[in-house]
Amino acid sequence: MNDIAPTILKADRLSKQFGAVTVLSEITLDVRAGEIHAIIGENGAGKSTLMRLLSGYLSPSEGSISIDGEPVLFEGPAEAQNAGIALVHQEIMLADGLTVAENMFLGRELLRRGLLDDAAMNKAAAAKLADLGCDVAPQAEVRTISLADKQLVQIARALLDNHRVVIFDEPTAVLTHEEVATLLAIVHRLKAQGVAVLYISHRLDEVEQLADRITVLRDGKMVGSYPGHSLSQIEMARLMVGRPLASFYPEHSKSSTAEVLLEVEEANVPGFAHGVSFTAYRGEILGFAGMMGAGRTELFEGILGLRAGTASVRLSGQPITVGSPREAIDAGIAYMTEDRKGKGLLLQEQLGPNLTLSSLKRFHPALLLSTGREAEALSQAIERYDIRLGSFDARAGQLSGGNQQKLLLAKIMLTEPNILIIDEPTRGIDIANKSQIYEFIQAFVRKGKACIVISSEMQELIGICDRILVVRGGRISGELTGDAMTESNIALLATTHSATQAAA
Amino acid sequence: MADIAATTARARRKQGTKLNWTELGPFLALAVLLVVGFLVNPDFLSVNNITNVVTRSAFVIVIGVGATFVISSGGLDLSVGSMAAFVTGVMILFMNTVVHDIGSNAIAAGMVLALVVGAFCGLGNGLIVTVGGIEPFIATLGTMGIFRALITYLSNGGTIPIDHSLRDVYRPVYFGAVLGVPIPVIVSLVVAAAASVLLYRTKYGRSCAAVGANEEVARYSGIPVIKTRVIAYVIQGLCVAVAAICYVPRLGAATPTTGLLWELQVITAVVIGGTPLRGGKGHIWGTVAGAVILELIANLMVLSDFVSEYLVAAVQGVIIIIAMLIQRFSK
Repeated sequence: MNDIAPTILKADRLSKQFGAVTVLSEITLDVRAGEIHAIIGENGAGKSTLMRLLSGYLSPSEGSISIDGEPVLFEGPAEAQNAGIALVHQEIMLADGLTVAENMFLGRELLRRGLLDDAAMNKAAAAKLADLGCDVAPQAEVRTISLADKQLVQIARALLDNHRVVIFDEPTAVLTHEEVATLLAIVHRLKAQGVAVLYISHRLDEVEQLADRITVLRDGKMVGSYPGHSLSQIEMARLMVGRPLASFYPEHSKSSTAEVLLEVEEANVPGFAHGVSFTAYRGEILGFAGMMGAGRTELFEGILGLRAGTASVRLSGQPITVGSPREAIDAGIAYMTEDRKGKGLLLQEQLGPNLTLSSLKRFHPALLLSTGREAEALSQAIERYDIRLGSFDARAGQLSGGNQQKLLLAKIMLTEPNILIIDEPTRGIDIANKSQIYEFIQAFVRKGKACIVISSEMQELIGICDRILVVRGGRISGELTGDAMTESNIALLATTHSATQAAA
Repeated sequence: MADIAATTARARRKQGTKLNWTELGPFLALAVLLVVGFLVNPDFLSVNNITNVVTRSAFVIVIGVGATFVISSGGLDLSVGSMAAFVTGVMILFMNTVVHDIGSNAIAAGMVLALVVGAFCGLGNGLIVTVGGIEPFIATLGTMGIFRALITYLSNGGTIPIDHSLRDVYRPVYFGAVLGVPIPVIVSLVVAAAASVLLYRTKYGRSCAAVGANEEVARYSGIPVIKTRVIAYVIQGLCVAVAAICYVPRLGAATPTTGLLWELQVITAVVIGGTPLRGGKGHIWGTVAGAVILELIANLMVLSDFVSEYLVAAVQGVIIIIAMLIQRFSK
């Protein structure tokens, strides 16, 4: 692309060891001004470690980093920032109680005669946010703004100074379709301004759109660097996994029957969902699509007694009452949260107690818990769900995102549900784990059960569901089946009012 | 594959040493203290002295065991000292009233009443915290004042002595021994053993730690969060009652200063025992060790001439800070 553009950042045979474990070995790459260089790889391939080396959070065990040809050694992230390298973190790292502007200027506040100059900071923050197409007020407390806005604020903070290298670590994991488009536009603009961009993402379609060059990592080693337009998504996936992938999504299970398993009528969740009714059939994978904030998660939390709400629920024709999560689980309806770290797993706890937490009753032959049974259940789960762990007494928080997700799935499945509701089944996890989770879902419905999948990834819903309901503003705005399940139909139903007729 | 196996072995070893520090820490400290004590004054390690020390720490052990449940479930109970005074007062008043009708059966009846009153006090704390949604610190600060005022009111600001006819019959509960082991020590061990089974080997114990570690995870896992937390406070109330039952013969009366500042001793014992104040994990035997450490330090200062015994609280304060620093940096 920019053959004459100068190389800004260069990593030469960079390696990192933790104790005796080598997590990254001999990585060599460079970024030029005005270039977008994507780094792809499965979870655990070493992408995050590489980014942390380049942005000064870690120092390399071997190898060197140079800027403009001059070797540098960062003692911490502040030094990397001073050298013009900014990292946009994957996770939101903002102080909830401070305002947007206070967060953006945290640690580098503008002063006037020794006192904070809030007016100047608010003004500068507003300008930067507007630049990113974000209209959130700089005086708003961060706790009150949406997740997507938080992500944009975080990006704005990283871009506050004019950096020469910007590193994005999975920036789109929490964003919706439109927000992703905004973000990609931001990345393109940075490129046009001559900034060197390193871009990590699981979303290969983004990489395909953006990247001038793609570097693939696998197991801490370099597979290679390729010109951006030379790789298709399937080829990228193959290089990441190291084996050919037949197809991203498994074959449709075609196990859907006409037998009604779950009926929900007139579900109302104050502030989130109004008069929602739907039916799930035996053997079916039913998708719930919609924008973030459409009320899908809240709808199911209301139905399952996790938040205030009313609904009449029938299971195989029998009316049941679901007043608490316990009653839902006992009735055979299990809900797998989208927030695996905050609501799904005890991160400080070992895997066994995490696995059995929802079904302790079954590990209670008499008065006492049977730790033997628990250990047995854990080794079965590790095998069945292919959970990869460093050691048997690892804490849940030490597992990679994909393995945490599989542990959470194993925990939910241990309650032996007839109806499984999965909220964002593959958020923030890599390709190999994704297709495994799809296979588990299919195996589940083939046994004559039903699975409801809530997802913001339209491709995912189209790839695995038999039927898709689209939610907009707390109501079901349409139903799609068969060939009508397309991204454009979903997007239409999810965003516009008149779309119901348009699609019908 | 060999790589993974090696990593696994390494990870396991690493984990092992890490666990040892937090869990064995209080016991190592206890051992060090015993050695130091022996060097300072050989009488320190005499059976007599050690027995005395453990007997005196029995109250803190028993109440601390209850506090381990409350704290590991993510709560806090500041009212335990006043509650102990209140339970003691009610128990003595009741026994003194019924002793004329049922003789020394009054003691057994009084013990049952103490347990019931303790359980209700705990239930009250638990409901205020959970259903009322008040911060545990504030809620139990409130009930601490209430219990303290009630015992002052019941005693008219003076003392509530136990009836003479009961004094001798009741005496062995504190001063007696079985096979040379003082009864308060036996009670402490039984309470701690029962509690460790409850906390580590039952569904309730699991739920308790899960609620303390992350309430949302517990709720989404179908664990009855409110019930679990209330039960922890009830267990605390029962433990306070058991401590009060052992305490009555020692002083033979309840006064407005009974159990004063016990809450601080109890929380100190729990925390130096390795239970994090933010909850999620409880170390019952660590609490026991913590309570004994506190009493040993006081005892050592009395037996030695290095430091004035008026500074006992200061030394205990230093100990808790050191214990917290060790926990923090061994992570």
